[in-house]
Amino acid sequence: MKIPVVKEILSANDQVAAENRATFDATDVLVLNLMASPGAGKTSLILSTADQLPEEICPGVIEGDLASTIDADTIAARGIPVVQINTGGSCHLDAPMIRTALPDLPLAEMDLLFIENVGNLVCPAGFALGADLAVVVASAPEGHDKPYKYPSMFASADAVVLNKADLLEVFEFDVDYFRRGLEMLNPDVPLFVVSCRTGDGIKDWVAWLLSRLH
Amino acid sequence: MHELPATQGILSVALEAAQQNGARRITAIDLVIGELAGVLDDSVQFYFDILSKDTIAQGAVLRFRREPASATCGDCGHQFPVEVPLTAVCPVCGGIRLHISGGREFFVESIEVEDEDSSSEGDSERERSGCG
Repeated sequence: MKIPVVKEILSANDQVAAENRATFDATDVLVLNLMASPGAGKTSLILSTADQLPEEICPGVIEGDLASTIDADTIAARGIPVVQINTGGSCHLDAPMIRTALPDLPLAEMDLLFIENVGNLVCPAGFALGADLAVVVASAPEGHDKPYKYPSMFASADAVVLNKADLLEVFEFDVDYFRRGLEMLNPDVPLFVVSCRTGDGIKDWVAWLLSRLH
Repeated sequence: MHELPATQGILSVALEAAQQNGARRITAIDLVIGELAGVLDDSVQFYFDILSKDTIAQGAVLRFRREPASATCGDCGHQFPVEVPLTAVCPVCGGIRLHISGGREFFVESIEVEDEDSSSEGDSERERSGCG
């Protein structure tokens, strides 16, 4: 006997993500799910962004890594509330992991929460966390073909930040080709070309982010 | 790759549906997976055989229906199927304003089960043939 089901395979995760989202909405926190390859500059972008925020905007961070507290220590050294999640080998964060981390964050005092996902351009795209915005960080050394090779990640982004713009020429990175790949998957997605090292472009990115605050 | 949690998802969706329908055993699971979903059939089957052990889904056959992704050319309107890595140029007019759609499906469409009644029928048939 055949039984029709038609149910999303990751629906259990989606349900917890919806609960997380309700928690974020209740405390009026804008939440970003930052996804990228390892080394693209997720932590650098968080720090560069935090530096440019108006004083009244309080950020917080959830750091996802396979192991270690290197990134969390860097964030904490700046006086930003941070919780480290070590996934112990899992290649992405999922909604239950975020739920577990939430009690350790002062959500009521925060305006902005950065969730730094595990460095990986495939799996994190499949797992909703309850964030308001999915932000993909690409970088010049990775090459301009990433949207063509990792379509899921770029198709679901609400914004894309292309980091290490000071190295575009060195890596012969064709921004137009990159942008075309992005636009064919995600026509209206904003692209910010920045360098966390020089600070170029960070202002525009932060202005956009602030415009998304509730 | 995230085939392990994906397979856990497949198993739990199937087991829940089976339970709701009073099924005794799951014999097959029909999956719809888009070309861009980034999931490998063989890998899912591998994990499924391990995870489904000692459940009513043990031995179930996984059937994959792949949903293609397609590109539409913004210049000439030509529509064509695409795979990863995506093509950047329309094969008909050479246009570069492409739009990709579809291929992101990732759900359990249906399951095939043996229910309480059909299993007891099967048992009684076996009994009869034994007596004969």
